[in-house]
Amino acid sequence: MWEYTSKVKEHFLNPSNVGEIENPDGIGDVGSLSCGDALRLTFKLDENEKIIDAKVKTFGCASAIASGSALTEMMIGKTVAEAEEISNQQIADYLGGLPKEKMHCSVMGQEALEKAIACYRGTTIEEKEGELVCECFGVTDLEIIRAVQENNLKTIEEVTNFTKAGGGCERCHGDITKILLEVQHQPQPEEEKKPQLSNIQKMRLIEETIEREIRPSLQLDGGDIELIDIIGNRVIVATRGACSACKSAPITLKNLVEAKLREFVSPDLVVEEVSK
Amino acid sequence: MKPVYVDNNATTRVAPEVFAAMEPYFCEMYGNPSSMHSVGGTIGPKLKAARKQVADLIGAQPDEIIFTSCGTESDNTAVHAALTADPARRHIVTSRVEHPAIGSLAGSLSKQGYRITEIPVDGDGCLDMKLLEESLTPDTALTSIMWANNETGVIFPVEKIAAMCRQRGITFHTDAVQAVGKIPINLALSHIDMLSLSGHKLHAPKGVGALYVRKGTKFSPFMIGGHQEKGRRAGTENVPGIIALGKACELAGANLEKENTIVKSLRDRLESELIRLIPEAKVNGTVKARTPNTSNISFANIEGESILLMLNEFGICASSGSACTSGSLEPSHVMRAMGVPFTMAHGSIRFSLSIYNTEEDIERIIKELPPIVKRLRELSPFT
Repeated sequence: MWEYTSKVKEHFLNPSNVGEIENPDGIGDVGSLSCGDALRLTFKLDENEKIIDAKVKTFGCASAIASGSALTEMMIGKTVAEAEEISNQQIADYLGGLPKEKMHCSVMGQEALEKAIACYRGTTIEEKEGELVCECFGVTDLEIIRAVQENNLKTIEEVTNFTKAGGGCERCHGDITKILLEVQHQPQPEEEKKPQLSNIQKMRLIEETIEREIRPSLQLDGGDIELIDIIGNRVIVATRGACSACKSAPITLKNLVEAKLREFVSPDLVVEEVSK
Repeated sequence: MKPVYVDNNATTRVAPEVFAAMEPYFCEMYGNPSSMHSVGGTIGPKLKAARKQVADLIGAQPDEIIFTSCGTESDNTAVHAALTADPARRHIVTSRVEHPAIGSLAGSLSKQGYRITEIPVDGDGCLDMKLLEESLTPDTALTSIMWANNETGVIFPVEKIAAMCRQRGITFHTDAVQAVGKIPINLALSHIDMLSLSGHKLHAPKGVGALYVRKGTKFSPFMIGGHQEKGRRAGTENVPGIIALGKACELAGANLEKENTIVKSLRDRLESELIRLIPEAKVNGTVKARTPNTSNISFANIEGESILLMLNEFGICASSGSACTSGSLEPSHVMRAMGVPFTMAHGSIRFSLSIYNTEEDIERIIKELPPIVKRLRELSPFT
């Protein structure tokens, strides 16, 4: 038996906002009978693009019904722009978590929301143009890439849990492995989307990151670093205190300092120690 | 609220008589039957009696019974024995609707170079007998077909298939885990070479099973070690389990008629009422040849896990062939092999009764299920 949280049970046994809004401002249909779960989301806006009502109809297991219910509660009262930020992880978190095999239910909720918003704006979602990877569940490469990036997925099993891809005949497992490898060797697209930083902004962000994310853990060991210069993507630092005598300082620079700077500032930064 | 347990094809309650019979073998009669002293020495005759109780239920000789740990071990042992007996033959015939104990094993053997023929079933869950007969070749080492299907209860004509195999010199094994104790079985009158049964499906505890091996069948052990079971299954005997299985088989023999009258009529009432009260509901599997305790019904456009969890709120315990309950993403291989459409397969529910079910149990399901189906259909975008 699945270990559902009490929140999931609550939303399954007494789902909120069940039904369909007449003349909705947006409508999103995802899933299908053959896949075993499907969801129809409708919403209504006021004059300020605020969602004043949302309703959902769900076919599927307890976690699918609960995800639909949670989604409507989360989006009502938000503007379209705010609702657009709701991620599948947030839906799962709202329910106190989902069993990992059921994460695809939260993905389905997020996709319905995205579709309904696209419908309201009169645009279509480009991801449908992707190439079909999983024939059993009709999942495209773009859908898989997105799930992998947004949820930091590492294995075929995780991809199946989030997208269902690969959960049927398993013939696409080779393609999924290829996608996993490609994504791992690519800079994250969110970072690509981040606005280009001016040099001053970049410098400030690096300083802030060192102050907030790096220095405290170095100081725990009696060490420290100082920012010396930034040349293009090269961040030149000097080690201080215990770090300057420590043999593993170069490793710390790579694993901690560079990793943090890449995470918070830019993925192409390289940390170098100033020559002593 | 006392649960209404209608999931007896998954496992059964241990009969109180069975529990009473096995209980002394934990703290009082705990000896090892192989020992040369009286604490162990008193156990041997008890095992002998249990072996006879099991043999009597299926029309076998006591020395044709090997005790195992479960149905899966019995199945693995049988397949291993048949393949080892004739290593030159590299072909196995089985069905598409076997329990994983045979189905996954066949898949694994196919990776080792065996050729596997999986006989399909029709929409009623019945085997394609013509294709089965045509599939038997001089290279066929083993045919293994279940006696009754665990999901639908559909009974296969295994005695007929065994005769076909005998004519051709092919070993025949049947996984009879769902049939033993539910329908009369007399192996003395059949050509079945090997048969698996499981204790916990007939009111004995989990952890004990048996394999019938017809006298004269070439056999080689799966578990290697001591001399137990005449060298056919090493490992110290699960004495309490074996005593329990013996008692459970004796009870099953005594209850066989009850199973086919009282249990069957409860099942039939449940089935006909649900079909009458709930629109777009359909029985899966032929009603012409089914175990008396099983009913598998599909409810269109809703999903099985949701039905089960809502039934659970009313203390009703059943099971489903839906994808979500199995941990996989596709509906059960039995529903797919039968070609049950997706609209129906995801909403299939199995009710499997036992002699412990009462009329009140059945009335509770008949009362609670129709509103659940209605409610889930109201939630569904397809209705």
